[in-house]
Amino acid sequence: MLKIENLHASVGDKAILKGINLEVKPGEVHAIMGPNGSGKSTLSYVLAGRDGYEVTDGSVTYNGEDLIEKDADERACDGIYLAFQYPVEIPGVSNSYFLRAAVNAQRKHRGEDELDAMGFLKLAREKAKLLELPDNLMHRPVNVGFSGGEKKRNEIFHMAVLEPQLCLLDETDSGLDIDALKTVANGVNSLRSPDRAMIVVTHYQRLLDYIVPDQVHVLSGGKIVKSGDKDLAKQLEAEGYGDLVAA
Amino acid sequence: MEELDRKPKTSDDDHVDELLNRDYEAGFVTDIESESLPPGLDEGVIREISKRKEEPEFMLEFRLNAFREWQKMQEPEWAHVNYEKVDYQSISYYSAPKLNDGPKSLDEVDPELLATYEKLGISLKEQEVLAGVQGAPKVAVDAVFDSVSVATTFKETLNEAGVIFCPISEACREHPELVQKYLGTVVPTGDNFFAALNSAVFSDGSFVYIPEGVRCPMELSTYFRINAANTGQFERTIIIADKGSYVSYLEGCTAPMRDENQLHAAVVELVALDDAEIKYSTVQNWYPGDENGKGGIYNFVTKRADCRGVNSKVSWTQVETGSAITWKYPSCILTGDNSVGEFYSVAVTNKRQEADTGTKMIHVGKNTRSTVISKGISAGRSNNSYRGLIKILPNAEGARNYTQCDSLLMGDQCGAHTFPYIEGKNPSAQVEHEATTSKISEDQLFYCLQRGLSEEDAVGLIVNGFCKEVMKNLPMEFAVEAQKLLGISLEGSVG
Repeated sequence: MLKIENLHASVGDKAILKGINLEVKPGEVHAIMGPNGSGKSTLSYVLAGRDGYEVTDGSVTYNGEDLIEKDADERACDGIYLAFQYPVEIPGVSNSYFLRAAVNAQRKHRGEDELDAMGFLKLAREKAKLLELPDNLMHRPVNVGFSGGEKKRNEIFHMAVLEPQLCLLDETDSGLDIDALKTVANGVNSLRSPDRAMIVVTHYQRLLDYIVPDQVHVLSGGKIVKSGDKDLAKQLEAEGYGDLVAA
Repeated sequence: MEELDRKPKTSDDDHVDELLNRDYEAGFVTDIESESLPPGLDEGVIREISKRKEEPEFMLEFRLNAFREWQKMQEPEWAHVNYEKVDYQSISYYSAPKLNDGPKSLDEVDPELLATYEKLGISLKEQEVLAGVQGAPKVAVDAVFDSVSVATTFKETLNEAGVIFCPISEACREHPELVQKYLGTVVPTGDNFFAALNSAVFSDGSFVYIPEGVRCPMELSTYFRINAANTGQFERTIIIADKGSYVSYLEGCTAPMRDENQLHAAVVELVALDDAEIKYSTVQNWYPGDENGKGGIYNFVTKRADCRGVNSKVSWTQVETGSAITWKYPSCILTGDNSVGEFYSVAVTNKRQEADTGTKMIHVGKNTRSTVISKGISAGRSNNSYRGLIKILPNAEGARNYTQCDSLLMGDQCGAHTFPYIEGKNPSAQVEHEATTSKISEDQLFYCLQRGLSEEDAVGLIVNGFCKEVMKNLPMEFAVEAQKLLGISLEGSVG
């Protein structure tokens, strides 16, 4: 589904990613771990197509197509979803209005009919239930006045409604207490499916107790320095990144 | 008071500049022969205008008095705008489409004129048909094409309710007693330079009278449009809501593309008597000029309401996206006890546009209340200023005002300014002022794009969210149009 080869990327003049290789197949969950400043968030942004994150070398193919050439909105419509580490507030725009606009933009891109208000509401209610999302979060302005936990749950709610093929979860666990973490993880797990892949970026092993990955990669200095199965995460938790980073 | 000016350029802005240069969608010229007076202004021209319009004697006197006052006045320079001064002797002060007789129905209206409206999405015929459908919203249209009203619809429904809705020139002939009673009582002839000029030469406009206790059965609407080259437009509108009545009036404007600067100096006077309510909504989309500031309308407007009666209420809602220069302060004089004044404004400036707009709330009576919500959006190399006066007079016991001014900056070469003035002469009054300035952030834009929205839709969504408190006050028919207009005016202007 996703093939990253020798990916180099910069922000401004600063090189951040220095040769990433990664292949993600449908149904797989990959965890990317690593210390602060290792390039984890940059990788998410590069894949999602954020302005200012420039690919300087290497390639990324997604479903056999060159991803780098596409704009952020086109990538989203092609099924790439990023759950933000810091979800953004949009004052005056209700969460449900925003999400319906997004759903319909994507449907239009795929040549499907747009959902009317009723059709959307039905879909949204179903998914909201899954994440135990309070009804009022649908009607409040996007992320405005949401608690940290509500923001993260809302990201997964958007994901559930948009039903992407490739989910990028950027530090989805940060700022969550244990109960909220479980709710979010349950939501994510319910979206695991044989034709959907996930890349879970996280600092801590804790999240991976709940979202169990197929593979774990350690990112350091803009490169993947070690890959393994879920036990690698446990090992890192016990020993820290020290040796790997030094290497 | 806060001021925010030109910020250092960032990397995103080249892309922004490219997207900012959109063409004006309503730019075209209708080819209809005009019968204009030669350029220039003196007492002879004023007598000629009055004669052509077959006005009663008091109107000529009103005009001549105004002209004499205007000659003694200086063009104001305090507004935060820069423009090349107008040569008032080079303007033609009267222009009328050539029509043999007044049209009896739309069928008699010049088809080219109707086609013009259709291009703008304003089909009178369609509206008439639509209004025939049961339950469909009814909108009466007094269409102003250049200076003469050419088509008036829905007269019968309004007649039945006793509502007078007609061109002001017709009102001068048919209802002189009402015109004489109210004309110039809210905006006196010598109020300001542009109001004096308007009083001297005004060509046409709308006249509305809602009788006592009547709720106007439909939204009233007028489309203003400037067409003939070099013809300044001087509209005069009077709306009188008698005791216990209610009316909602909509005004929407577009103009064809022009090279010369075109002057527009309208005067609108509203009078609300006891327990009456007037809702006045404007969507203004006149040609703003090109990216170098060439062309575009000068919009120097005096709009004022007198809440003359107790418990009366006037609500101004405006969405201003057009014009090269805007100088406009729809205001309320809260004379009657317990009267209420409201001002909801969205002002968008792009390219080289300059807007100096806001309101004046003059609290005269006891327990008078006013609310001011102003949303300014600046993009391109434009300047957008809010200027507002809240004045509490000594007798305005218990007066209250709440003002909120929010500015949104797009790109790094525009300016947003706020000039609030507060004069309190009664210690029991409460006046609140809140102001914020923000930018559409790259974060917000990326968040929207990442959900699959196009940049155009994303900007429209964010801006409409910013303006929501104002937009929700627009009548439904207008809100959709206005939302679209915001998106079009600002497409791509993010930095």
